[in-house]
Amino acid sequence: MATKKFLYLNRRPPHGSIYALESLEVVLIGAAFEQEVTLAFIDDGVYQLLQNQDTSAIGTKNFAPTYRALGDYDVNRIFVERESLEMRGLDKDDLMPLTWEDEDDDWAEKDSIHVVTSAELAEIIDQQDVILSF
Amino acid sequence: MPILHIVNKSPFERNSLDSCLRLALNGSAVLLIEDGVYAASRKSTTAARVGEAMQNLPVYALQPDLQARGIAPDTVIDGIQLVDYDGFVKLTTEYEKTQSWL
Repeated sequence: MATKKFLYLNRRPPHGSIYALESLEVVLIGAAFEQEVTLAFIDDGVYQLLQNQDTSAIGTKNFAPTYRALGDYDVNRIFVERESLEMRGLDKDDLMPLTWEDEDDDWAEKDSIHVVTSAELAEIIDQQDVILSF
Repeated sequence: MPILHIVNKSPFERNSLDSCLRLALNGSAVLLIEDGVYAASRKSTTAARVGEAMQNLPVYALQPDLQARGIAPDTVIDGIQLVDYDGFVKLTTEYEKTQSWL
């Protein structure tokens, strides 16, 4: 099977709709097919990665910790748009630390999250074969 | 007639909050719930609009929805009053009507 570049484009906040959870589940399922997977978080989608989310008081599944599993599925190309963060008064330190272990570099732990400008993200989007929008 | 205005949409995704703040009269109040609580963040670019409205209206935010979204109480705009579900119910009894800005 030919490898294709898949981009999952996340634009929704995490708890007001089912989009964020559905996207995460599709990414984890899709990761099993060994395609080249990239995640992008823009607009309110950046809220999905905020630290310290705790849904115990609203009675819904707290799926935020699941993002930490992405590295184990070799999903380590995660791009967050700088402009979206800035509009919301956020920076990278407000986001969950997501990492992966590079087997080609003595299993060194590396950051999965890359904060990029709109212009850089536009290029990344342009390079994809398939874009799935959530 | 004092109204409790309830906003449950992100201020970045919809214009519900702006419409609410434009049309809410003095004597009414605003309650932020669900994705509406993102407007309670002090660091967000929406904070100035909320701060301006708070000169005339009390603004409340639902604490369980803040907690779910990882917004710590100490990052909320000064003066926004946090309520739990009991406080939500109490507010609905204190105002004559509720208006949900869907």
